[in-house]
Amino acid sequence: MIRRTCLSVAGLIVAGSAKADWALNMPRGVTELSVQTYDLHMQVFYWCVAIGAVVFGAMIWSLIRHRKSLGAEPAKFSHSMAAEVIWTTIPIIILLLMAIPAAETLVKLEDGRKPDMTVVVTGYQWRWHYAYQGEDVAFYSSLARTSADARRKNSGIDPFTVENYLLDVDRRLVVPKGAKVRILLTSNDVLHAWWVPDLAVKKDAIPGFINETFFRAEQSGVYRGQCAELCGMDHGYMPIVVEVLEQDEYQAWLDGQKSAEAKVATAK
Amino acid sequence: MSQTADHYYVPHESHWPIVGSIGLLLLMVGFSSWLNGSAPGFWIMMSGVAVVVFMLFGWFSNVISESVGGLYNGQVDMSFRMGMFWFIFSEVMFFSAFFGALYYARNMSVPWLGGSSNNFFTNLLLWSGFENVWPTNGPGNVGGEFIKMGPFGLPLVNTALLLSSSVTVTIAHHALIENRRGLLKFFLAATFILGFIFVFLQAEEYVEAYQHMNLKLTTGIYGSTFFMLTGFHGMHVTIGAIMLLIVWLRVMKGHFTPNSHFAFEATAWYWHFVDVVWLGLYVFVYWL
Amino acid sequence: MSSAVTAANEHDHDHHGPAKGLKRWLYATNHKDIGTMYLVFSGLMFFTGGFMALIIRSELFTPGLQFVAPNFFNQMTTMHALIMVFGAVMPAFVGLANWMIPMMIGAPDMALPRMNNWSFWILPVAFSMLLATLFMPGGAPAGGWTMYPPLVLQTGDAFPFLIFSVHLMGLSSIMGAINVIVTIINMRTPDMTLLKMPMFVWTWLITAYLLIAVMPVLAGAVTMLLTDQFFGTSFFLAAGGGDPVMFQHIFWFFGHPEVYIMILPAFGVVSEIIPTFARKPLFGHDSMVYAASSIAFLSFIVWAHHMFTVGMPLTGQLFFMFATMLIAVPTGVKVFNWTATMWKGAMTFETPMLFSLAFLFLFTIGGFSGLMLAVVSSDIQYHDSYFVVAHFHYVLVPGSIFAIMAAVYYWLPKWTGHMYNEKLGQVHFWLSTIFVNVTFFPMHFLGLAGMPRRIPDYSTQFTDFNSIASIGAIGFGLSQLLFVYVVIQCVRKQGAKASSEVWEHPKGLEWTVPSPAPYHTFNDPPKVAAEVAFS
Ligand code: HEA
Ligand code: HEA
Ligand code: CUA
Ligand SMILES: [Cu+2]
Repeated sequence: MIRRTCLSVAGLIVAGSAKADWALNMPRGVTELSVQTYDLHMQVFYWCVAIGAVVFGAMIWSLIRHRKSLGAEPAKFSHSMAAEVIWTTIPIIILLLMAIPAAETLVKLEDGRKPDMTVVVTGYQWRWHYAYQGEDVAFYSSLARTSADARRKNSGIDPFTVENYLLDVDRRLVVPKGAKVRILLTSNDVLHAWWVPDLAVKKDAIPGFINETFFRAEQSGVYRGQCAELCGMDHGYMPIVVEVLEQDEYQAWLDGQKSAEAKVATAK
Repeated sequence: MSQTADHYYVPHESHWPIVGSIGLLLLMVGFSSWLNGSAPGFWIMMSGVAVVVFMLFGWFSNVISESVGGLYNGQVDMSFRMGMFWFIFSEVMFFSAFFGALYYARNMSVPWLGGSSNNFFTNLLLWSGFENVWPTNGPGNVGGEFIKMGPFGLPLVNTALLLSSSVTVTIAHHALIENRRGLLKFFLAATFILGFIFVFLQAEEYVEAYQHMNLKLTTGIYGSTFFMLTGFHGMHVTIGAIMLLIVWLRVMKGHFTPNSHFAFEATAWYWHFVDVVWLGLYVFVYWL
Repeated sequence: MSSAVTAANEHDHDHHGPAKGLKRWLYATNHKDIGTMYLVFSGLMFFTGGFMALIIRSELFTPGLQFVAPNFFNQMTTMHALIMVFGAVMPAFVGLANWMIPMMIGAPDMALPRMNNWSFWILPVAFSMLLATLFMPGGAPAGGWTMYPPLVLQTGDAFPFLIFSVHLMGLSSIMGAINVIVTIINMRTPDMTLLKMPMFVWTWLITAYLLIAVMPVLAGAVTMLLTDQFFGTSFFLAAGGGDPVMFQHIFWFFGHPEVYIMILPAFGVVSEIIPTFARKPLFGHDSMVYAASSIAFLSFIVWAHHMFTVGMPLTGQLFFMFATMLIAVPTGVKVFNWTATMWKGAMTFETPMLFSLAFLFLFTIGGFSGLMLAVVSSDIQYHDSYFVVAHFHYVLVPGSIFAIMAAVYYWLPKWTGHMYNEKLGQVHFWLSTIFVNVTFFPMHFLGLAGMPRRIPDYSTQFTDFNSIASIGAIGFGLSQLLFVYVVIQCVRKQGAKASSEVWEHPKGLEWTVPSPAPYHTFNDPPKVAAEVAFS
């Protein structure tokens, strides 16, 4: 059994490099705060590695050196006030060193003042609704057709042939680069959460309440995320795609949306 | 019970727990299917209740006869006391969940819906015009206009009743310790009678609320917290009063001695607990 | 049970063995019988919950839906967690408490034996109700084990069954906990002072206190769900002035202490085992007691670290972050004390010790990821991703479950009078340890790369680590069949006879009675001799 498992793991590694990337870590993201969050994450992680090296080192040392089979005689000591004080104090100091940058980043994350624009985002089972405040532009955003077809049980479509499987939508949220975008989040039914890793944003959408969050993307591009709060059957199928455009492109997009809506209105 | 037993009494097989489990199974399954709209569920539930009551009688009568038979020593008595104490502690924590909900509603959710703290947009976009006042049935005016339950009138009377019942039960306890049976019987009876009057008045209050004040369980968060807190409390008073009644019957049968009357004391503790919860209710639900 | 060994410890008038047949179990009042029932029940539930985990892992082996519908997947996730937490881990520890606490403190039995029986027999009722929901219209609950409204209110006919089974589990736990506290406080042999108590007893005392404090709160929370659903209350409805997030606060006020309920007895177990195989007394017994108490205290004021994305005011987030980080300090004290216990010992590596060592390493890794989760700004990225799944499986599987297995190997000879098969035990250990890491370590990467939890299907870039995890899960599951085999072999007395000490001069009263432990032990309070004392 072990052999089989090893073989299949090995097979996977070979095949794996062909079909997908082996992302091990958090993305650095494209906002100032996402980079700071990433740095904080790494800092805490390195502290853990360092502490782990010391603690596991001591354990392994005594496992190797203090074995009975090597003729070790058990020592008699069973307590030491000094040791207890040391290993209570040092972790406290380390935690303080972590807590300070953690608190600083958090304060920045909560500082949503002076936004350049606001989008009201509403969660539905199972799609998102985006409304650009003051712009008369609003639309639903659902799982893209290609993914929706492939995701059915026995659909016969290989997910690997679908571009951005489960991470693509029919209509993207489009925002300008460099603008501080305020997101006002709520829900129409159950809890959802709006999560885009590259923007370091995750906030719950709660029916009857409005949560605030924001981001300022420093690079244009397309950033993908998913609903991150269990919201029923199709929780896995309500992705988020944010497209960051240059200012002028964004303006053009916005005008296009408005005239499209105007057309629909006159047609009625 | 005399202190003859020199060993901790470990009962041998007992069929009561398994009877109790079967009772609970019937009760819970019946209740569930009744809630799901199946009519026989009600009867299954009631049969479960009957089995549980039967079990309680059987179980306690076992305990009583063992106690009267002198099988229990002081250490067993202590186990019962501690058991009762921690049971009451668990009840306190059950009530704190509901007090917590009340606290949260009054100090968090209702003010937030009114736009305080980081919920400016909640109020502006979803519930504009809603103000943070208590009592409230929420920005959706759930259940319609209603009248608040004030602290005077019935609730005040009820407070007086419960407080005096605490006094009477204490007098009864002292009477028991001093072996003054007449006094004991009288004050114990007074205690459970006060308790039943309390329950009766509370029922009156509910009728009043439902018929004339449009204050119902469905009246938004105020109705929810009001009826759930007072309702669970009323249920506990009822149980406590029944316990007192049973203890009184046992007194009439000549059970309990001045230095050995655990059941009496446990019931008295329970009664005091119910009393303290009421004081919390009176202050936080009716008054403030 | 051989008559030669019983006489020594039994009082004549209590010469009373187990009843015959089914009655012995249905009507049991003996702590050893009840302990056995708890352990067997827990084992059954572990396999049931594990089976569901395997369904989850099979579906997640590759992208696309292969085996189950999304809704059924969510039912599996929900049921898996409820069964593992309330059906496998908690009853296992109660079973160990039943077996060992009276023997460790020199008591004739649990303090309230009839209630003890009831605590157990409520569990099969609760879990029959819960498992029956799988066959109901609308299926089993699918809203996650955290039961957040409003989603949980969309549950079909299963809904009231879910609520009441949680009530029953709570009732069982509360009665069990009352029994443990009363036994420990009231039934100790006279010269066992509180600070002389073994660590397992201490950690259970603290655990029992936590149980009585938080299980009623859970009962309250689910009662509010019930009334919101059926009686029109507005606790979790904004229009009525309530708040869905209120449920989360109440739930986690229970939920966080709950996770320490699942780990403190594990701490107790390894604190018994490591000294035995290091042949050295537990280092810093008293500070271990204080550390466990601090963990319990802190556990009441950190609950909102599960809710950093709900939009709490800043001060709240800061408070809960700092309080959560503080828990690393007393936990660290424990880890350091275990290390100091091994330091300069004379160690051997029998199966219970191996499992305890794996516990030490892997729990600490889980603790580190817990600490990372405590940092709010990063948790906003980790929350509801597989990083969290990795964290809690590290503390629960090689944490709680390994400690339970260590305990079973450690005390099994005492229970059955025979040694288990050491070789197979060690094979079981190595398979479990390797596969548990294969299963859960890749989940860290998945979470960091952005895979949300509770999804039946995922984007293709997550394929490789998911496949590895699934293979690990199957391997881990199969390895547990070996465990069952070893245990059954031992129970059927196929190993060598065990001496009363079983191991090399372990400390503790349980080793002064014969193996197998007679049906009734310590009808007369024993003396705590110097060589069995603990500090
Ligand atoms: C046995 C169960 C158990 C245990 C012991 C823990 C222990 C800890 N947990 Fe964990 N946790 C869970 C079970 C457990 N957890 C579960 C089930 C969930 C998810 C529930 C759900 O959503 O479904 C969860 C989720 C969870 C979250 C929420 C994540 C999210 O959803 O976003 C957080 C956040 O703070 C957290 C933190 C911690 C911390 C700080 C500890 C600490 O106690 C860890 C302390 C230990 C150490 C730190 C290691 C040893 C210490 C040293 C070697 C000393 C030196 C160290 C330093 C100074 C760093 N846990
Ligand atoms: C004590 C608690 C505990 C334990 C022991 C486990 C054990 C395991 N858990 Fe679980 N788990 C939770 C508590 C626990 N879990 C919780 C609280 C959640 C969160 C739920 C939620 O989101 O609401 C969760 C969620 C969870 C998920 C995430 C689901 C999701 O988000 O969609 C996954 C996915 O891999 C998983 C996997 C596993 C695996 C592989 C094991 C393995 O360790 C299981 C090993 C055991 C077996 C495999 C059984 C043994 C063998 C047989 C049945 C014999 C037959 C075998 C074969 C024929 C192969 N668990
Ligand atoms: Cu929407 Cu999950
Ligand atoms: Cu927690």
